[in-house]
Amino acid sequence: MTGEPLLDVRDLKVSFHTDDGTVRAVDGVSLSLSEGETLGIVGESGSGKSVTMMSVMRLINDPNARFEGEVLYKGRDLMKMDQAQIRGIRGAGIAMIFQDPMTSLNPVYRVGWQIEEQVREHENLSRQAAHARAVELLTAVGIPQAADRVNDYPHQFSGGMRQRVMIAMALSCNPDILIADEPTTALDVTIQAQILNLIRKLKDDFGTAVVLITHDMGVVADLADRIAVMYAGRIIEKGTRRDIFYDPQHPYTWGLLGSIARLDRPKPRRLAAIPGLPPSLLRLPEGCAFGARCAHRFARCDQRPELLDRVGDGHLDACHLDPGQKRELRETTIHPELIEEAT
Amino acid sequence: MTAGSAASPDPAVTAGPVAAAGSVAATGAVGPDPSPAVTGPDAGNGEVLLRAEHIKKYFPVRKGVLLQREIARVHAVDDVSFEIRAGETLGLVGESGCGKSTLARCIARLFPLTSGSVVFEGRDISRLTRRQLRPVRRDLQMVFQDPYASLNPRKRVGAVIADPMRIHRWGSREQIKRRVGELLELVGLSPEHVNRYPHEFSGGQRQRIGVARALALHPRLIIADEPVSALDVSIRAQVINLLDDLQDELSLTYIFIAHDLGVVRHVSDRIAVMYLGKIVEISPAEELYKRPIHPYTEALLSAVPIPDPDLSEQRAQIVLEGDVPSPIAPPSGCRFHTRCRYATEICAQAEPPLVAHGNDGHMAACHHPLNADRAAAVVPRS
Repeated sequence: MTGEPLLDVRDLKVSFHTDDGTVRAVDGVSLSLSEGETLGIVGESGSGKSVTMMSVMRLINDPNARFEGEVLYKGRDLMKMDQAQIRGIRGAGIAMIFQDPMTSLNPVYRVGWQIEEQVREHENLSRQAAHARAVELLTAVGIPQAADRVNDYPHQFSGGMRQRVMIAMALSCNPDILIADEPTTALDVTIQAQILNLIRKLKDDFGTAVVLITHDMGVVADLADRIAVMYAGRIIEKGTRRDIFYDPQHPYTWGLLGSIARLDRPKPRRLAAIPGLPPSLLRLPEGCAFGARCAHRFARCDQRPELLDRVGDGHLDACHLDPGQKRELRETTIHPELIEEAT
Repeated sequence: MTAGSAASPDPAVTAGPVAAAGSVAATGAVGPDPSPAVTGPDAGNGEVLLRAEHIKKYFPVRKGVLLQREIARVHAVDDVSFEIRAGETLGLVGESGCGKSTLARCIARLFPLTSGSVVFEGRDISRLTRRQLRPVRRDLQMVFQDPYASLNPRKRVGAVIADPMRIHRWGSREQIKRRVGELLELVGLSPEHVNRYPHEFSGGQRQRIGVARALALHPRLIIADEPVSALDVSIRAQVINLLDDLQDELSLTYIFIAHDLGVVRHVSDRIAVMYLGKIVEISPAEELYKRPIHPYTEALLSAVPIPDPDLSEQRAQIVLEGDVPSPIAPPSGCRFHTRCRYATEICAQAEPPLVAHGNDGHMAACHHPLNADRAAAVVPRS
């Protein structure tokens, strides 16, 4: 936490112009990531979590997209870089893996070739050396008989193995930051456990900082140091892992935690579902975006709540209620067995 | 498929089903049949609604263009037997490719069986022709995983929900219209939505439409194939609660397929765990989580991420190595032995039978059962 953060996103706004109006996909998001840290970004589809990170990587080429704000990587603003400069960062400085490993790999090239291509793009290596590196990387991510499998095509790998290949590719140039966008959503639980263990191991071995985007609170509980919860394009709560799980401040976070059918608690009679739907990003309400679905709405909610430190220990939330009130309400709204007594 | 054949009116053939439809309409208007004694969460004391006996489904792997030779078989479902009582929910879990969806489709007779039989309401439906099946389909409906793919994008919601009634010649146009409105309300949508198209709805709402369609003809058994996996967490809880409420209200019986063990535990009375085409363990729901017998069940449970940092750090996770073997050539003996940490010689040689562990219907197929000792019934979940 000393000095400058590795990645500093400042007031990022991303909007798309459509025939129906302007979609404000990301609306003033600020995030920072220190060296070796793991940041979890949690939210439902359409909350802007993927768009935020895609924008950081400058992967959105839509001519109707508009970007505002700064993305500082080691002090340099990625948003102002030209294509050549950003290509130097992608892969080498910041690497990204995606949800669906089948569509992220090119089906007509051997996986080894695809890894070699990336290595040679960033480093001046011979074909043989790059090939050896590919084998080494595939071994590192736990692919058996890597020396043979390096010559296979993506369709010859299972889903979990493909995700390993993606991770190998992402690690090929020793990036400082690995952005994992729903890396295990398409996988079975047993394979998910394998991949999460792999990410944890790589994080420990290489000291890579990780941004883990997911909708599954269980996944971040295990892996993230800090967590940001997003809703309708904004961060509505941000804090350490313990803050979010043991002292959640925002009613939406309560809802997220309450709607999971959990194995570690007695079975509730009903799940505490959040009523209604997220608002349309075309017509965001003036006030709190969660207001329409919130059971604790009151007069002030017509004004947009800022993301502030209301608890007093760096734990930020965007809800007008005061912390004492929230802790009380939390116990009564969510099933008592779902949220433990906050300390 | 069914819609096409139903559209060609053949009075001689359809006379029977129509008469039956008439009687269903009559009782249906009054309300669902209240006969099965369903009380509280421990449902399933009713009569046996469906019995699956030694179901096998192999898919041929063919080679060649004109003269296709069968070179291998995918053993998708391999000798599966179980029964479901009226009013209960049977959860079916397992990894992708374990045959749970194929099993569901075999039961609904969307696939012909390779062998075995399905006895539904006392009648073997496994050899019925498509025409004979039509009245059965009224009582046995499916809800599919992908709410985007399972609704015809060119039909208005009203038509989507009315289709089953039209196909089965249930009621007059007016009655159908009224029923569509009722159904929409039942699943928590506004009756004013009848004239909208599926794309105007969100994923959760579409899944509600799929449920309304399945309920149109007052079915007794609903097979839900991963009904909530495509939905967001908060929406998922809404749909699960809806299915729960509908079961209480309409005395439905569910087969609930999911890979999310938390969801399955929440909805099920009993749970069957499948691995490579076989049921390896079947048990009352809570019992399975407290006292898993099969090492595969133990590993599955341990792989579920727990949304609690402290618990998550404390517990020792069992991470299964490798992938599920190919169902084309499943391993000898116990199919799980290649990934099992307790496996010994016998596991590769002899296939363990599904035997009872305790007298509450808890059964497992393992040579080295865990927690087999009743005294050690409490498994520390730390």
